[in-house]
Amino acid sequence: MWIAVLSLTFLGLALGTLLGVAARYLAVEENPLEAELQALLPGSQCGQCGFVGCAQAAAALARGEAAATLCPPGGRAVAEAIAARLGIKIDLSAVQDDGPLLAFVAEEICTGCCRCSKVCPTDAIIGAAKQIHNVIREACTGCGACVERCPTEAIGLLPVPVTVPHWIWPKPAIT
Amino acid sequence: MWGGAARPVVLVGQKVLKGQLLAQSQVHISAPIHAPVSGRVTAIGEVTAPHPSGLGLAAITVESDDTDRWIETDPVADPFALAPEEIARRTAAAGVVGLGGATFPAAVKFALGKRLAVHTLIVNGGECEPYLSSDDRIMRDFAEQVVEGARIIMHAIGARDALVGIEDNKPEAMAAMAVAAAAFPEVKIRPVPARYPMGSDKQLIETLTGKEVPADARAAEVGVLVHNVSTCAAVYKAIRLGQPLVERIVTINGAAVAEPGNIFAPLGCLVDDLLAYCGLKEVPARLILGGPMMGTLLLHGRVPLVKGASGILAFTAAEAAVPEAGPCIRCGSCTRACPMGLLPLEMAAHIRAGDLDGAVGYSLSDCISCGCCAYVCPSHIPLVQYFSHARGELSARERARLRTEAGKRLAEARLARLERDAREKAEVAARRKAERTAAKARSGTVKPEEETT
Repeated sequence: MWIAVLSLTFLGLALGTLLGVAARYLAVEENPLEAELQALLPGSQCGQCGFVGCAQAAAALARGEAAATLCPPGGRAVAEAIAARLGIKIDLSAVQDDGPLLAFVAEEICTGCCRCSKVCPTDAIIGAAKQIHNVIREACTGCGACVERCPTEAIGLLPVPVTVPHWIWPKPAIT
Repeated sequence: MWGGAARPVVLVGQKVLKGQLLAQSQVHISAPIHAPVSGRVTAIGEVTAPHPSGLGLAAITVESDDTDRWIETDPVADPFALAPEEIARRTAAAGVVGLGGATFPAAVKFALGKRLAVHTLIVNGGECEPYLSSDDRIMRDFAEQVVEGARIIMHAIGARDALVGIEDNKPEAMAAMAVAAAAFPEVKIRPVPARYPMGSDKQLIETLTGKEVPADARAAEVGVLVHNVSTCAAVYKAIRLGQPLVERIVTINGAAVAEPGNIFAPLGCLVDDLLAYCGLKEVPARLILGGPMMGTLLLHGRVPLVKGASGILAFTAAEAAVPEAGPCIRCGSCTRACPMGLLPLEMAAHIRAGDLDGAVGYSLSDCISCGCCAYVCPSHIPLVQYFSHARGELSARERARLRTEAGKRLAEARLARLERDAREKAEVAARRKAERTAAKARSGTVKPEEETT
C-alpha cells in the first residue's frame, strides 16, 4: 500500500510543479477569448455599448465585466452567440430586438450639414455639404450613431421591410 | 429560390403586342417577361404576390384589347443547324424557365449541362403531385412538341440520349409519346412507378439511371439534366416558332371546382378569373397554387398566375381540414416515408427546441420539402412546416452574417482611410514645417551674408 501512496504522492507533486512552472513560463499574453468575442461583435465601432469600440467591449466581456447583452445593434443573435461562447445563460427577454434596422433621411428637413456622414462607421451616408444626404441601404448596419448627431432630427431608424423572398414561415405552434 | 427581378422596359400607357418584351432580366439567374396579351400597359407597380405572406411584388399590368395580336416572331426552320450557344441565347430571351415548379431559367441549366458534359437528358413526365394532370395532358396532346423540344435541348447541351420518364398510370401519354418518338431512337420512353414524389428530379434520376445525386450536388454532376415535359414544349415554341413564354398549361382542380380540367392560361391572369372560368360550386376553404403537397397557399384569388404554377386547387372545407397535432409517438413512419432517407422526427424535435444547428446536423439541407413525412404522420405533426420555418430562419441568419461581415469590412476600410488621412495630414504638416524652418534658416543665413556684404 505504501508503494502506491508514495508513487501517487510523488506523481502529484511532480506534475503539479510542472503545471505551475508551465503556467508561469508558457503563459499566453493576450486572452484568446477576446479575439473570438470580437469576431462575434458587429465590428462597426458604433460605441452604443458604452465602450470605445468592439475590441474594448470584447475585452470587458472576456474579463466578465460586461453583460452578454451589451450590443444593441447585434440584438438577440449576437447576445445568443456571446452567451454560447462564454458558456453562460442569459435572459433574452430583456434584449430589445426589433429585427434589423436601417437609417433613413427625411429629405425635406436635411440641411446638408455632413455631421452624420462623418460619424457613420461604415461610410453608409453620402452627400456633400449643403446637399441632401442619403443612406446606402446595403452598407447601413442600423447602429444609429448618426441619429444623435443630426441637428434637425432628419435621420431616423426604420425596420428593414419584409419582402417576399425574405419572408419566413412562422414556427408551427402546437402544444 | 428567387432570381433577380427583371427591369421594366415599357412605360405606363404604352401599347404592347402579345409576346412583346415587358421587362428585361438584369442578372444571371433571372428571366425576362413578355406581354401575354396585346393591349395597353395600365400600371407598373405592386400587386399581391402569389405567396402565403400576401406581400406585394413588382408587377406590370397590361389591359387586353381582346385582339391577341402577336408581335413579329423569328421562327427557326432547322434548330439543329443553330449553334448550342444560339439556342441557349434564344431560350433565355424567350424567358423560358423550368415549368415543373422550380422556375429555374432553362438557358442557365443548358450552360451548366454543357459545362459539366452531361450525356443524358431526362424528360420529367412523372406528374409532380396528386390532383395535377398538366404534364399528362401536355404529353397526350402535344407529344411532337415535347419530343422535338427535348431533341433541341439535347442539341443545346450536347447530350447523347434522352430518357422520358412517364408514370405507369398514364398509358395514353406513354402511347402518344411512343408514337412521337418512334422516329428518334435516341429518345427513349421509360415507364416509372407512379409513386409520389416521382416528379422530384433526384428520385426520377435514381429510378431511371440508378445513380444517386450526392448531397449538396447538382444533377448535372452525375451526368444528367432534368427538364419537365412542359419546359420541353416551351423550348420548342421558343425556338421553332420564336414565341416567348407567355402562357402555360395549368390544372384547375379541387372539390370546390365545378368543371375541373387543364387549360392554357396566359401568364399573369388572375387566379379568380381562372376559377370563375371553370366554375365554383362553393366558396373554397383553401386556395393553393401548385400541388397539394408542395404548392403555395394563397390568401385570396386576386393574384396573378406565375410561370411556375402547374395547378390551381380550390379545396372545400372537408378537403382542407387539418387534424389537430398530437405528440410524437416515435413510430418511425416519417423515416420510412422520407424519399431522401432523412429522420424527420429528429429534425423536427431539434427545430421545436430552437436548436437549428442540431437539425442541420441531421441533413436538413437535403430535405426536398415533399411533405411525405407530414402526410403519413399518425399524430398529424406539421413536420414539413417545421422544416420550412427552419430553412427560412437559417437563410435569414446567413444573410445577417453576410451583412455583419460586409459591415465589418466597411468599418475596417473606413478606419484605414481615417488613418491614411491623418498620416497624410501629418506628413503635409511636417513638410510645411520643415519648409518653414528651412526658409527661416535660409533667411537667417542670408541676413548675416547681407550684413557681411
